[in-house]
Amino acid sequence: MFDEMQGSTESLQAVRPTYAALWDWLGEIKPEILDVRRREAELLFRRIGITFAVYGDPEAQERLIPFDVIPRILSAAEWDVLHRGLEQRVKAINAFIADIYHRREILKAGVLPEDIVFQNPVFRPEMNGQKVPHDIYVHIAGIDIVRTDAETFYVLEDNARAPSGVSYMLDNREIMLRLFPELFARYRIAPVENYPDELLQTLKSVAPPTASADPTVVLLTPGAYNSAYYEHSFLADKLGVELVEGRDLVVKDEIVYMRTTQGLKRVDVVYRRVDDDFLDPLVFRPDSTLGVPGLMSAHEAGNVTLANAVGTGIADDKAIYSYMPQILQFYLGEAPILKNVPTWRCRENDHLAYVLEHLEELVVKEVHGSGGYGMLIGPKSDQATIAAFRAKLKLAPRNFVAQPTLALSTCPTCVDAGIAPRHVDLRPFVLAGRDRIRIVPGGLTRVALQKGSLVVNSSQGGGTKDTWVLDR
Amino acid sequence: MLSRTADNLYWLARCIERAEYLARILDTTLRLTALPLAYVGPSNEWQSAVATAGCVEAFSAAYGEANEQTVTHFLAFSAANPSSIRNCFENARLNARAVRPALTVEMWDTINGAWLELKKWGDGPSSRQDFASFLRWVVESSLRFDGSAYRTMLRNDAYWFSRLGVYIERADNTARILDVKYHLLLPAIEPIGGPLDYFQWTAILRSVSALTAYHWVYRENVKPWLVAELLILRDEMPRSLASCYENLVQNLDRIGRAYGRQGSAQRQARTIRARLENSRIEDIFQAGLHEFLGEFITSNNQVGAAVTQQYLV
Repeated sequence: MFDEMQGSTESLQAVRPTYAALWDWLGEIKPEILDVRRREAELLFRRIGITFAVYGDPEAQERLIPFDVIPRILSAAEWDVLHRGLEQRVKAINAFIADIYHRREILKAGVLPEDIVFQNPVFRPEMNGQKVPHDIYVHIAGIDIVRTDAETFYVLEDNARAPSGVSYMLDNREIMLRLFPELFARYRIAPVENYPDELLQTLKSVAPPTASADPTVVLLTPGAYNSAYYEHSFLADKLGVELVEGRDLVVKDEIVYMRTTQGLKRVDVVYRRVDDDFLDPLVFRPDSTLGVPGLMSAHEAGNVTLANAVGTGIADDKAIYSYMPQILQFYLGEAPILKNVPTWRCRENDHLAYVLEHLEELVVKEVHGSGGYGMLIGPKSDQATIAAFRAKLKLAPRNFVAQPTLALSTCPTCVDAGIAPRHVDLRPFVLAGRDRIRIVPGGLTRVALQKGSLVVNSSQGGGTKDTWVLDR
Repeated sequence: MLSRTADNLYWLARCIERAEYLARILDTTLRLTALPLAYVGPSNEWQSAVATAGCVEAFSAAYGEANEQTVTHFLAFSAANPSSIRNCFENARLNARAVRPALTVEMWDTINGAWLELKKWGDGPSSRQDFASFLRWVVESSLRFDGSAYRTMLRNDAYWFSRLGVYIERADNTARILDVKYHLLLPAIEPIGGPLDYFQWTAILRSVSALTAYHWVYRENVKPWLVAELLILRDEMPRSLASCYENLVQNLDRIGRAYGRQGSAQRQARTIRARLENSRIEDIFQAGLHEFLGEFITSNNQVGAAVTQQYLV
């Protein structure tokens, strides 16, 4: 397997140049000092209150995401490829969504079957023909990337709804700077701290044309009990915008206002971290208390920008994911720079037959699943689990896709027994504004802390690392 | 700023203030009950502590008898009592968490740190000594919170709203403790100056941390009408009703100036302050201390309601 520091997990080949200085440093630093710093890092995280909630686990209402102090390093050349690939992908995603809710050229051309769009629960008929300001649907995307060797990066998932994790990217860097100043002396690392600034510029750039020159942006959160609440308050703080809940907003005459101590104040851009379903009880789930009645009417009147727009789930669905290379080709006329993982759609009979025959070697995922739940990792499962999953799959094949088990790259990681390779992925954050696309160099590296595990999700024992993109 | 943010800041400050007050009441009660009966009389100090905390009904519904065990548990650790010290800290942190961007790192650290520390105490102390150090810790946490707010917060509406919470809660607490003990302060009952009264009066002073202040202000033995005067009318005494209203008016005026308009909260607060400024303790006793305090508690609540109405919803 490919190890990002040593080249291979089986045998030590030459240390890869990006990791050379880290390798030396790891050789010099005393294990007990590393241990002290690890504990310091945990203390810092706990004190700042960076916690997340795990649903359905009352014992651990607030838990820390484990942080690994050994950074993950990418060279400038590697980042270049990623950057271009991400930009390309997000452009295509935005073109695709705009097309789906308007002219539907791609369906007319037969690139993908209609029912995969129209029968998809994340497709929002309410958005049909609705204009969104500046035709941008996805303003913030978190694209999950994995690596299998020195040259090959795959996109594993496009998160086009409300990707989270960026606060960890920022905090991880802060904590590393505090704990390991001597390590930073050995590298020139591209900064990530300007992310909030870039995000604010992006959000202001997409304000509706009716807004004033200095539009009012708010961040809409479901509230303090949401698992990502820390991130919401963190971002609002860094952006210098109000962190609002549904009850803080009110719509009058198709204009959105927030309730302030000085009366109502007009809102132009809502960076919303509330799911489509809960956004407006008059249009979506009527029992939602998290949303704002009338918000969609204000949107339809062109008086507010929702970031991301409603209905973007259609672009991060796992069945539609499998068509991404064709989607890119269709809108941009370009071959994808980042690879797609080959995907079998169980809705198609021949694909299903193949999947059922090869369950032991495949990863099978729910089309609408997330958080690493409800999936089968064939090579890591026993016969009973596979049999049970086979039954589930046969019952509702449309709900599943399958992919080969990728040999995810590993990175050196602090574990109880010392330093050992662990599998990682990467989630860079892509910002699409009216003027241009912005990507802060780096992202969130997630690491599967269990030996051999491929599941990096924080809800299932994954940790995070600081991600360094080296300056040229 | 968002009305909800202002509301959270206001209640955050109230919760912390209340936790400190409860800790002081419990501390005073422990002291009183440690004295021989001859010094404190036959009254049930634990019952009186519950009355001072303003939760007699909730207490009697949950427990039968007021004694050290039931009252300390109810006022300090009970999860069922919405204003136990534990719940004050829980609510303070919930409010703080909801407005994290509006707090400074130091304030958040204080509240979050206190909340984490609270878990160590579990369901109660293992001994009296343990309990005493718990109470000290509560008071210290409150002081730290106050200090960090004072030293690190921007002087803008966020700060002013949190101050409003402090002073409305503090005024309520001071008035309540005086009201529960008012019969001890009535000068009609002669002779006074016996050991019994002395310990009760100093207990009142102690529970609002004013014992030393009393001696500095009056340079006299502890006398009931002076105790009342100190806690109602002297504005140099930070927990007196006069001082609370001095500060309330000041902070409400700042908000009014910053927003360019004022309303009934400002007017009501000024009326109360004027009344306190123009009163003499003799007149208050003449008209009835209990009536005076009852009226004060009601109008203080009305100011709280006016603040809510005007800014927080």
